[in-house]
Amino acid sequence: MADDPFVLGGTTYSSRLIMGTGGAPSLDVLERALLASGTELTTVAMRRVSPEAHGSVLSVLHKLGIRVLPNTAGCFTAGEAVLTARLAREALGTDLVKLEVIADERTLLPDPIELLDAAEILVDDGFTVLPYTNDDPVLARKLQDVGCAAIMPLGSPIGSGLGIRNPHNFQLIVEHARVPVILDAGAGTASDAALAMELGCAGVMLASAVTRAQEPVLMAQGMRHAVEAGRLAYRAGRIPRRHFAEASSPAEGRARLDPERPAF
Amino acid sequence: MSRTCTSDVLVVGGGIIGLATAWRAAQRGFDTAVVDPEPGGGAARVAAGMLAAVTELHYGEQTLLGLNLASARRYPDFAAELTEVTGLDLGYRRCGTLAVALDADDRAHLRELHALQRQSGLESEWLSGRDCRRLEPMLAPGVRGGLRVDGDHQIDPRRLARALVAACERAGVVFHRMWAERLSVVRERAAGIRAADGTELAAERVVLAAGSLSGRLAGVPDEALPPVRPVKGQVLRLTVPKRYAPFLNRTVRAVVRGSHVYLVPRENGELVVGATSEELGWDTTVTAGGVYELLRDAHELVPGITELPLTETRAGLRPGSPDNAPLLGPTECEGLLLATGHYRNGVLLTPVTGDVMAHVLTTGELPEEARDFTPRRFCAAAVEEQPA
Repeated sequence: MADDPFVLGGTTYSSRLIMGTGGAPSLDVLERALLASGTELTTVAMRRVSPEAHGSVLSVLHKLGIRVLPNTAGCFTAGEAVLTARLAREALGTDLVKLEVIADERTLLPDPIELLDAAEILVDDGFTVLPYTNDDPVLARKLQDVGCAAIMPLGSPIGSGLGIRNPHNFQLIVEHARVPVILDAGAGTASDAALAMELGCAGVMLASAVTRAQEPVLMAQGMRHAVEAGRLAYRAGRIPRRHFAEASSPAEGRARLDPERPAF
Repeated sequence: MSRTCTSDVLVVGGGIIGLATAWRAAQRGFDTAVVDPEPGGGAARVAAGMLAAVTELHYGEQTLLGLNLASARRYPDFAAELTEVTGLDLGYRRCGTLAVALDADDRAHLRELHALQRQSGLESEWLSGRDCRRLEPMLAPGVRGGLRVDGDHQIDPRRLARALVAACERAGVVFHRMWAERLSVVRERAAGIRAADGTELAAERVVLAAGSLSGRLAGVPDEALPPVRPVKGQVLRLTVPKRYAPFLNRTVRAVVRGSHVYLVPRENGELVVGATSEELGWDTTVTAGGVYELLRDAHELVPGITELPLTETRAGLRPGSPDNAPLLGPTECEGLLLATGHYRNGVLLTPVTGDVMAHVLTTGELPEEARDFTPRRFCAAAVEEQPA
């Protein structure tokens, strides 16, 4: 949308949907789902793909002209994450990194202390850092303060499909952010993505909701529309909630149905 | 010095797919040769050998299901014939499979798979956690339920490969133990290959069955080059000592928090634990993380495995195609046929592939059951589809 640009790390995108590739049933389905989603930026786990491998996920992204956003999925320490990010930069020639430092395998929740450490090191090293973080407004502010290019709070745990569990925190994060806030993790269906956008998120990042859907291509299309719809609604400004009804049609000039005085 | 050998059918790749193709071709009277530095090797050396048409069902792969089932139905006769011809035991074990869930999330996933199996008319029975453990007492107490699939069997792929080599030899297939380097194309027609040592092998028809390497043979015209990529799998082999036997009676598998793990018990005491799935190009190193994750998940499923000797760790490359289904039959290049891209189902699909390829070599056309797997499906398809 030309009148509503989405700028992330100095690049302007016309799609606000960032896709992930994990869990795709086949490369063919992944390719069609990515096309249907309209995404221009897609994240790939650098520990699970090799940049030299032909005919893999990276080749699909290249073919579709989608920018690669390397991530540090599977890292438990700042040290591992920094190393993975540097290897990704070397292999792919991009400063972009979606920074993930998880605390344990059961919840896959971010480790806030390691995350902040890694973010600081990578920002100083010239990376454009997009951190996957808890929906904690204080941590979000600190990540922004060390120079992250966006804040990517989780709506709920990765792959859970539980949506945005704490919309109020999202509002707080959005209100205080000077960088784009992007929902990362938790979207299960289209309304979750729309809600994120209505809350003022600049974008939505998701993978499982599409790749693990029964019909990934349809869900990708649904998500694309949901993000667009939510963004339009946010810009339009929703009406205040009221306790009682308020007629949407004006009462003036309506035919009076008075049995004493027929209208005609 | 280069020398020239001529055959009716030259199969490039002596893995189980290439061997089954060569064996069936020779049985139909074709003068057949296989080129491979090490016939009987390839991905089958690593594969666990699950014949899992039902438990490997995935959304959107119903077409592939048809071929998988067709091959599973052939297995009893195929195995019997191969054993009869060679006198070799294949480790074919009609033991069935139990797919279990360890927590509520994995249970929901398995329930969904069960519904899909039922919709597809497949035999699969839902069991409570307690019933699962009654069948397999070594299962962890935490098992929340499972699917009993009595039709998903197993075979030992290494024995299968050895038997296929023997069957080929007996059927008069000639083995050229060398690397195929380049496809020879004469007047736009495949005419044989040139080996790495310069040997020219001429043939009426060339079947490219080189697994994950199928996309790498030089000289194949672009429009006929199979879109096959290597997908790495690490697999462990443990041994069940006699005093613990039988330990497990059937194949046990699970999705443990999103990652797949299976344990395949052979009659000879070997217990195969697999497999990782990694897109790392040609890398076949065994990593600490790969072994750790497999053992972690397997231990969660069957805690007693920690007592077993770990006898082998190995990584192989599955030939992945864009839609996870094989590429079978004629290509855009006259005289060049494909039998590759079998991905997760190579062992299962071996019997049907042999029959299908023999049919194609004889009639020039794919039989009805394999029409959907023509390599030509990848030629123009990608361009047609545009999102709404």
